[in-house]
Amino acid sequence: MQLVLTEDQEFIAKTAEDFVAERSPISRVRELRDNADATGFSRELWKEMADLGWAGIPFAEELGGADLGMAEFVTVLEALGRTLAPEPFLSTVLLAGQALRLGGSESQQKEWLPGLIAGEKILALAYQERSSRYDLGSVETEAKPRGDGFLLAGEKIQVLDGHVADAIIVSASTSGGIGLFLVRKGAPGLEITRQTRVDCRNAAIVKLEGVSVAKSDLVGEIGAGGDLLEEVVDLATVGLCAEMLGAMSEALDQTLEHLKTRVQFDVPIGSFQALKHRAADMFIEVELCRSAVMAAARAVDEESEDARKLISLAKARCSEAFVLVTNEAVQMFGGVGMTDEYDIGFYMKRARAAEMTFGDAAWHRDRWARLSGY
Amino acid sequence: MADLEKFRSDTRSWLEANATKSMFGARGGAQEGVWGGKKAVYQDPDRKLWLDVMAEKGWTSPTWPTEYGGGGLSRDEAKILAQEMRALKLPAPLVGFGLTMIGPTLLQYGNEEQKREHLPRICRGEIRWCQGYSEPDAGSDLAALQCKAVDDGDHFLITGTKVWTSYADLSDWIFSLVRSDPNVKKQAGITFILIDMESPGVTVRPIQLISGASPFCETHFENVRVPKANVVGKINGGWTVAKALLGHERNMIADTFGGGAGGRRKTLAEHARQYLLSVDGKLSDPVFRDEIARIELDARAFALTVQRTRDGAKAGHKPGPESSLFKVYGTELNMRRQELMVRIAGPQALGWEGEGFEDDELSLTRDWLRSRGNALEGGSSEIQRNIIAKRVLGLPD
Repeated sequence: MQLVLTEDQEFIAKTAEDFVAERSPISRVRELRDNADATGFSRELWKEMADLGWAGIPFAEELGGADLGMAEFVTVLEALGRTLAPEPFLSTVLLAGQALRLGGSESQQKEWLPGLIAGEKILALAYQERSSRYDLGSVETEAKPRGDGFLLAGEKIQVLDGHVADAIIVSASTSGGIGLFLVRKGAPGLEITRQTRVDCRNAAIVKLEGVSVAKSDLVGEIGAGGDLLEEVVDLATVGLCAEMLGAMSEALDQTLEHLKTRVQFDVPIGSFQALKHRAADMFIEVELCRSAVMAAARAVDEESEDARKLISLAKARCSEAFVLVTNEAVQMFGGVGMTDEYDIGFYMKRARAAEMTFGDAAWHRDRWARLSGY
Repeated sequence: MADLEKFRSDTRSWLEANATKSMFGARGGAQEGVWGGKKAVYQDPDRKLWLDVMAEKGWTSPTWPTEYGGGGLSRDEAKILAQEMRALKLPAPLVGFGLTMIGPTLLQYGNEEQKREHLPRICRGEIRWCQGYSEPDAGSDLAALQCKAVDDGDHFLITGTKVWTSYADLSDWIFSLVRSDPNVKKQAGITFILIDMESPGVTVRPIQLISGASPFCETHFENVRVPKANVVGKINGGWTVAKALLGHERNMIADTFGGGAGGRRKTLAEHARQYLLSVDGKLSDPVFRDEIARIELDARAFALTVQRTRDGAKAGHKPGPESSLFKVYGTELNMRRQELMVRIAGPQALGWEGEGFEDDELSLTRDWLRSRGNALEGGSSEIQRNIIAKRVLGLPD
């Protein structure tokens, strides 16, 4: 594994950074929130991002993808994380998209992936329930055989981008283990309620009251759904970590700028050692996260047997570092950091939400210990 | 590339034919490295033979020029030599501050006479060096040093005290910073000078640490006459030389802690199993288990960061800002690790000597105490954070 960007990766990163700087300021997130925008992200921008090839990065060429790996994808997601861009990369490309890539039948892939890659279709993965916390295997939603297909009943929460998804892949328990089922928008018995989260990222409650799906809507095998889910969420975790890395880097940069320009007691507050040393610690944490994210992405691409541990390493460290950096940022900004007018609060809220997505730091340390045999 | 492959096979053959027989497989053994010097005691005479064989070939300092006793190897060749020695489990023939600190500094700043006088004797392990930097009243604020150098024609008369002079009691020469001009800005009145420890007026007293006996000493100079020819760089220009040498020192310390996973005798989990219950292989104490995982994660993230810098360097990039964190993070990580090991061992970590404690428990206690110095030596953690804040983050003074 080489922890250095190739020329191609540098080019992709630069393109993404330039695009984000020009087209995706953080003010966009504020406007979407203040206008209670029905979509919660920009469909036009999503299409532009797809046209740049980003939605197709982790898919095969014959489907319209770029056939690249996570090492490339994380550079884009990091850039998007800098301004907390809410476009549906996690839900559509990583969660549902990877479930279809890894577990979907040929006809499912043909039906959904080209549209996804083109930025035309939105997909979601419903894996979380009120009592499941971070345990992907705790599934109370049930799938009972009925006729040639299944009948789904249960409730999923905080389904990312579920409110606008053209289809939702739902995890459900069967007598033979967990299965993943693709449910189309508008299916009878499917009730979707948008949720409002502290980070104003899009999520929805997905209620299934006897939703019937065909056998051909099963993604992967019955009983193999748990493993598939873990694999997919692992990939999405790497992507989320990259987003967190971008966001914490930006929060650190904004804080440093503030420390250099805010004058109190006739000097810039950044000259105070009480703040300097904490800024140095924030920097150290961000640098360690960068190494961990690069390593996790490459381990996935190289199918390293260490990959799962490195993913937990990245998520545990990014969770704590992002929270640390943004907590410190609000403190160093002082009173204005508490106002909604300043952007730094958006980062602090996102840090908390990202921490609690796909397992927090303690959960991933537990997984690391388990994978290490203690 | 073909040349390098030929160098590899030539090197392997030469080592197989010429290395002292008992040295094959001796790498990593209990015996510490050979430091050389006039006071050297060789418990194993083969170590001396091995030193002489390698010194003759110039391979105690493979990349130094041959005219100064080095091997004249390129970086790539030196890397191959190191790999072949590792493959044959051959120990380093010589270690010490001559090779790692004053040697590189003389190559950069020494004049021709100084290089010819000192470098070959370092390569042959004849002279052992120590460092005279810190003083009782000049620690983190090193430039405040007061060890006085009074002009006496073609000599300086030196009076003052240096502390933390590691192995001064076993060394033959000391490289020192002295105050040659007290009337200018403190950095502008410092001279870097080489002093023969046999000069009249030099006395050495060992320092006992909280962890017990230590290599550290206090070295006192009382009107010691040192020729001006021993000044490295310019008179009053010593601060530049001193900073370059500190760079070599910090790299050396960071290397010691940056290796990460490599070479550890025992993992934290293995250590924990000696003292704590496990059920079906899982440690029963959830708090210690979490703390162990945390240290392991941090160690891995740190090792990956060191690797990132190395991979960047190999790809031709300049060292990134991340390299500035090596010293502070590596040492603090080691301290946290030592402390956790002691806490896991519990009351068995309370031994100082004697009955009731295993040998590795006694060294655990000493290692923990000694580790408290990691964040002090070679530039304290506070100084490192100042450097990061100023040079990397651009925060104002």
